[in-house]
Amino acid sequence: MHDLTVCALSSALAAGEFSSVELTQHLIDRIKSLDGDYNAFLTLSEEHALQQASEADAARAKGDVHALCGIPIAHKDIFCTDGIRTSCGSKMLDNFVPPYSAALIEKFDGAGAVMLGKTNMDEFAMGASNETSFYGPVRNPWNTDCVPGGSSGGSAAAVAACLAPAATGTDTGGSIRQPAALCGITGMKPTYGRISRYGMIAFASSLDQAGPMARSVEDLALLLELMSGHDPKDSTSIDADVPDYSASLNNSIEGLRIGVPKEYFSEGLNPGTAACVERAIAEYEKLGAKISEISLPHSPLSVPAYYVVAPAEASTNLSRFDGVRYGHRCDNPTNLNDLYTRTRSEGFGEEVKRRILVGTYSLSAGYYDAYYRKAQKIRRLIQQDFVQAFKTVDLLIGPTSPSPAFPLGAKTSDPVAMYLEDIYTIAANLAGLPALSMPAGLVDNKPVGVQLIGNYLNEAQLLNAAHQFQCVTEWHQQRPSQGASA
Amino acid sequence: MSVDQSDIEKVASLSRLAIDSETTEQVVQKVNDILAMIDQMQAVDTDAVEPMTNPLDATQRLRADEVTEQDRREAFQAIAPATEAGLFLVPKVID
Repeated sequence: MHDLTVCALSSALAAGEFSSVELTQHLIDRIKSLDGDYNAFLTLSEEHALQQASEADAARAKGDVHALCGIPIAHKDIFCTDGIRTSCGSKMLDNFVPPYSAALIEKFDGAGAVMLGKTNMDEFAMGASNETSFYGPVRNPWNTDCVPGGSSGGSAAAVAACLAPAATGTDTGGSIRQPAALCGITGMKPTYGRISRYGMIAFASSLDQAGPMARSVEDLALLLELMSGHDPKDSTSIDADVPDYSASLNNSIEGLRIGVPKEYFSEGLNPGTAACVERAIAEYEKLGAKISEISLPHSPLSVPAYYVVAPAEASTNLSRFDGVRYGHRCDNPTNLNDLYTRTRSEGFGEEVKRRILVGTYSLSAGYYDAYYRKAQKIRRLIQQDFVQAFKTVDLLIGPTSPSPAFPLGAKTSDPVAMYLEDIYTIAANLAGLPALSMPAGLVDNKPVGVQLIGNYLNEAQLLNAAHQFQCVTEWHQQRPSQGASA
Repeated sequence: MSVDQSDIEKVASLSRLAIDSETTEQVVQKVNDILAMIDQMQAVDTDAVEPMTNPLDATQRLRADEVTEQDRREAFQAIAPATEAGLFLVPKVID
């Protein structure tokens, strides 16, 4: 049962083929026996999960339940969970047990879903390889010498290795889509503001967005519908209706206008990855879509602008970690400054410190206009490119990341090389657009993802187009050899 | 633009971070690599462009000025490193 999709598990639970307790226990056993190889989970909430599963079974026996009732889900360790340790991959929060749950967690609880545990991630979601985690890297289930991508690397690996049917992630610059691509699963970042950020530990608040990760688009539709919606507790939450995303999955995409940004096929793109994306484009042509080349002229500036905006916002967001109210505190502080400085120097890892330094520098007197204000202007130009493109096309297609999974350690000593991992994903965050990644092939037995980017609040069309692709291809059904075994 | 050792020391102090003197040189070099990448922005003329702070150009929503939070002092202080009489403890600030 571990290799079934969320939709298939939901039907099986409804048909009484097995109970949520049986399913949950099976996955817990599987995590215990296999996760030593991957390090995908930081916390396994066994007792809590079995309690939730038993409640879900009881609710189901009484009658009408949500489609996700009794479905086990893994949550990225960035979402606060009442009474369950939430570390954000950092020593700073190694001892942090939140006194409340994130809005997203409450939605899953309300639907009767089961929380299996909390997944590993780059520290404070800063990384593209899951190697900045205080708890050690996650290994890619397709090749354990390689990274799973990041920052939602634990979530991606857990879903790919069939340790969980679905997981939650967050995407500030590609942190759902890039690990989804590298682990051969399907993951989506909706429009900025679609899902509440309340209780999601902040990295860069004008970019952060949660989203679902699963093994099919059908599953994403089901999950996204639950996760979305207005939340007065998040000041940037969008007040817009949430459509039934599953209802439009089977619409025909005959005549759908898909744009191919020429800048997304520049030098640096792995030829094998490029071939997979070309093949996906050809598949869309067969499905009746109208393909045309478009240009996003400012997209080469996405990475530079992002690495001002994101660290600047991070440096302010992370100022709250001071050793006073919760989290790590240094021993025997001699004065207040010593308390702050030693607490932060001990609690944060190298990459987080580097981003705080860059962010503080770019916001400091004399540099604000040249860096932060300049980056916000470039951000507008990048967004305007998309506005222009969506006048003539409905969706954009391109690679998710420049190459398949790379070996552990390959980019850790070169931050800029690591940052370029997100060269094709960052623009959607800067513009706030919805985007997803789905499997589109294998290169050297490592998965390749294709990315679709949609217009604001047009998640339904994005999911529809992606589902139509999965109806005629089998890439999303490929599993790593370990994940396919019993 | 690039930074030198004294710039990094100043920024670290503003950030309440201590940098090990053995690693300062390496930190300076990596920050300069990042700044060199970021400086690609300077090639674009943005004089007439309005800065974008929110991707949907949304402005901060206001709510009615009413107390909605419950008093959860005990739950919040239960996870604090040091408290006394309902207060968070920090090292002595004034002698």
